[in-house]
Amino acid sequence: MMKHTFRGTETYVASQELQEAVNIALALGKPLLIKGEPGIGKTVLAQAIAESMGRPLITWSVKSTTKAQDGLYVYDVVQRLYDSQFGEAVDDIAKYIKLGKLGEAFQSEEQTVLLIDEVDKADLEFPNDLLWELDRMEFYVPETKETVKAKQRPVVIITSNAEKELPDAFLRRCIFHYIQFPDAQQMEEIIRVHLGEVDQILLSQVIEAFYWLRSLRRLEKRPSTSELIDWVRALILGGIAPERITSELPFLGVVLKKEKDVRLVREKLR
Amino acid sequence: MFTSFFYLLRARGVPVSLDEWMTLMEALKQGLHGMTLMGFYSTCRAVLVKSEARYDDFDGAFLEFFGEIAKNTRELPPELLEWLNGPELEALDHLEQFQRLMEQNGLSMEEVLKRFEERLKDQDAEHNGGSKWIGRDGFSPFGNNGRRLGGIRVGGQSRNRSAFLVASERRFRDFRQDNTLDICQFQMAFRRLRQLSVQAEPDRTELDVDATIRETGGNAGRLKVVYQRPRKNSIKVLLLMDSGGSMDYYAGLCSQLFQAAERSNTFRDLKVYYFHNCIYERLHLEPTLFDIGEDTESVLSNLDSEYRVIVVGDAMMAPEELYYPKYDWRARRYGKQAGIEYLEQLKNRYPHIIWLNPQPKAELHSYWATTYDELAKIFDMYDLTVDGLERGIERLLVRY
Repeated sequence: MMKHTFRGTETYVASQELQEAVNIALALGKPLLIKGEPGIGKTVLAQAIAESMGRPLITWSVKSTTKAQDGLYVYDVVQRLYDSQFGEAVDDIAKYIKLGKLGEAFQSEEQTVLLIDEVDKADLEFPNDLLWELDRMEFYVPETKETVKAKQRPVVIITSNAEKELPDAFLRRCIFHYIQFPDAQQMEEIIRVHLGEVDQILLSQVIEAFYWLRSLRRLEKRPSTSELIDWVRALILGGIAPERITSELPFLGVVLKKEKDVRLVREKLR
Repeated sequence: MFTSFFYLLRARGVPVSLDEWMTLMEALKQGLHGMTLMGFYSTCRAVLVKSEARYDDFDGAFLEFFGEIAKNTRELPPELLEWLNGPELEALDHLEQFQRLMEQNGLSMEEVLKRFEERLKDQDAEHNGGSKWIGRDGFSPFGNNGRRLGGIRVGGQSRNRSAFLVASERRFRDFRQDNTLDICQFQMAFRRLRQLSVQAEPDRTELDVDATIRETGGNAGRLKVVYQRPRKNSIKVLLLMDSGGSMDYYAGLCSQLFQAAERSNTFRDLKVYYFHNCIYERLHLEPTLFDIGEDTESVLSNLDSEYRVIVVGDAMMAPEELYYPKYDWRARRYGKQAGIEYLEQLKNRYPHIIWLNPQPKAELHSYWATTYDELAKIFDMYDLTVDGLERGIERLLVRY
């Protein structure tokens, strides 16, 4: 099999360390666990990997109520019971088995990239309940006595916001990378990738202001890459003169999402 | 010899497991390090370290182990190259044998590794298992010197930096778990403080499968769905916080703890009171302590002994503040009891009680340390850090 090497894409700037982590995970066929601040581009990474490999992306967004079973299959027993009330034929159990996202990835004829997004949102047991399935890339459906086995081993990307700690047994099986916050130079590159050529003076002013904001320790929510990109876009559209940026911080609401933070910064500016 | 890097990592607090170590061997066998030291460094880190809180420990251990040979080079030093091509990767197969042995005989991982290392020593006298790479007798570092595997290096800025530089920047120092961190992490710790039980109040929203089957059977097979009440956390928390004076310095940290407790709306009840230096007759509702507050004794009698109590304070006061009743300027008289008596009352009332302290213990024999020691005798005292809170919460969950 030809090994794919990930180098980022036209719209996704990946640091060397991140590229290496991705490639290690690809080569070893292990799930890649990505952590980092919210808004730093964890979810987009999976899209970028899928894009660069030319594979379809299947996204499983985890919520606080998500159970591991939901990703495998759901047996709609209530529907079957109801159908039986009206004399419909209910012998074909397979009709009531609906595959979840993981099942979908296993069933796919071509290799897929499976993103398990925000794995830490669910209950603590959630990752442990998936261990076997992710290791063996198969699961058994007792209702139909069938085994769903991956036709092509999917590339598994898992993201976490560190809301909860993940169980050790789960961590042991993953390749781990923490996306560090980009420095000013990488940030310029990221903005260029997203917005094309931007006026150099404007760019350096925005970045200076942005890192100053992030350095304020009392902020409740520190702004992230996605907010910065929105900010630059707003400043360009608003035709703001670069020299006003650091002194007035126009459109501050685009960068800071909490009323309290905006007030704090306004006080500092005075 | 290289196995000792494994031990060093574990000794430096990076919890590496045998599985992960074998994964690393597999990765190295496949040449994923790309023959650069930087690649070797990131491969080790991606496979072995599973939390950004441990990145710094890893950097430290990496420097300690490889620092000397890796200092001035970007490519893999010959010693490392030789090892990567050498017999030890084959020893991986032995390791696999040993793991099977472990599974068969129920040996612990420590035992297995000990045997593994002994086997390595027998096999090759070069391996003497020191904690550093260099300075080992009998190892010939230049045996492979003629070989230079250049040309495989791929461009990219950090690839050209030496792993030594990267590791020595210690960029992840801020992420260490023993640092005091943000609200989110306190919240995580608070989530562990839970004891699920079926509640009376909420609606019946969960499908009760057993009852549904029973009822449907009793209903001559016509479906009858039964719902039950979900289980909820039954833990009640009383937070008592020292405010003002020497505590001003920790105001930010305390407010983070408070917000985390407030936001983790999983508790059945959360009561927060403030005091200054020590607990006396009245507990205040505002951190400014300007309000009239509530009578300490009535708070204690209103909140039953099932409350989990967390006291936050630096436990540093003048001894007389602890041992004598406080003069109440409002009422112009001395209080009924000394602070220590209130504290003992608190301790007797609530079997689940911990003290979180934002300040490390003062120097020995300091004037302020006497009250610290005295209070540490009464209460289980933990640092106000994420680790401390986690340990404290474990303590709150068990009954002594």
